[in-house]
Amino acid sequence: MLIKLLELFITFFKIGVFTFGGGYAMIPLITDEVIAKGWETKDTLIDFIAIAESTPGPFAINISTFIGYEQQGIFGAMFATLGVILPSFIIIVIIAKIFNKFADNKYVIGFLNGAKPIIVGVIFSVGIDFVLSSVFKIKEITFISDIILDWKTILIFVIVFVLTKVKERMHPIFIVVLSGLLGYILFGIL
Amino acid sequence: MYFKLFWTFFKIGLFTFGGGYAMIPFIHKFGVDKNKWITESEFMDIIAIAESTPGPIAINSATYIGHKVKGIRGSAAATLGVSLPSFIIIILIAAFFMQFKSNVHVEYAFQGIRIGVAILVINAAVRMFRKLDKTWFSYILISIGFGLLIFDLLSVIYAIIIGGSIGIITQILKVRGEENVD
Repeated sequence: MLIKLLELFITFFKIGVFTFGGGYAMIPLITDEVIAKGWETKDTLIDFIAIAESTPGPFAINISTFIGYEQQGIFGAMFATLGVILPSFIIIVIIAKIFNKFADNKYVIGFLNGAKPIIVGVIFSVGIDFVLSSVFKIKEITFISDIILDWKTILIFVIVFVLTKVKERMHPIFIVVLSGLLGYILFGIL
Repeated sequence: MYFKLFWTFFKIGLFTFGGGYAMIPFIHKFGVDKNKWITESEFMDIIAIAESTPGPIAINSATYIGHKVKGIRGSAAATLGVSLPSFIIIILIAAFFMQFKSNVHVEYAFQGIRIGVAILVINAAVRMFRKLDKTWFSYILISIGFGLLIFDLLSVIYAIIIGGSIGIITQILKVRGEENVD
């Protein structure tokens, strides 16, 4: 158990070190680490993301608490959350103590100039991957021939996507509730 | 004072839905206006620092303001405060969720929700894309990031390290170029 707790801590520490640019930047890192380790399936992880987006507080804390709890109960939640917090905490304390002009440093600027487009690319890739798995039930991009065309999932995708384009600043909770409602009506009632 | 830091950030953590950026106005209200823990220009510095350091903006700003007020223990109090509401709420939900996960009606709803999440992620990528410089440099790196992950060629962490290294090298060359001109 102790080894598993340590593994949770280290995994989320790594995720914390490499998350630049808010909660969504964390999603590719989490899918990469957590699915590869066999801790969660892609579907469960997407369910967690939905809940983390619909509850108060920082996304990072929500998702690491959730995965930690599912893996190892309350201690798992503590180790995972501590892991994801600690890198920020240490870095900010160091900056606050000695290094106020951090954001103007040329190496920092250079690093971010190169890292940010990569991060945008990987978030796009995860988004496409989520669409393929949730709409067309494609589990691996290399098995794209196994595509399932279901008018219900395609309809939900089109309705929600168009709506987010019509009204850009729609709150994530609203999107989660709406797509859940559509899912329930189309799969449960019809 | 430790308790006040803790309690202020606890409230901020409890009442902000939708991630770190939703928190910024609250941090301004409590940190600058109400408690005068930081000045307006320090607030701007925090946003810049939070955007250029890893980790959630909520943790970054709580740690920074806590440090400003009461050193490292102040950091700990503020960070604990901002994290604790999420932690408690998620544990309650997780315990509840595991019982209802196998319920068929819940599964119907989640078949729809997964599609909603996919759209949220794509829209987030689009928003972040709009904030980038529209240069060939960015486009090439975006394609590299996209290609590496979609075909599962490299882990995300290595992709970020490679992108960051390319960025640093380019920045050094650019600075050198400007010095040569001078």
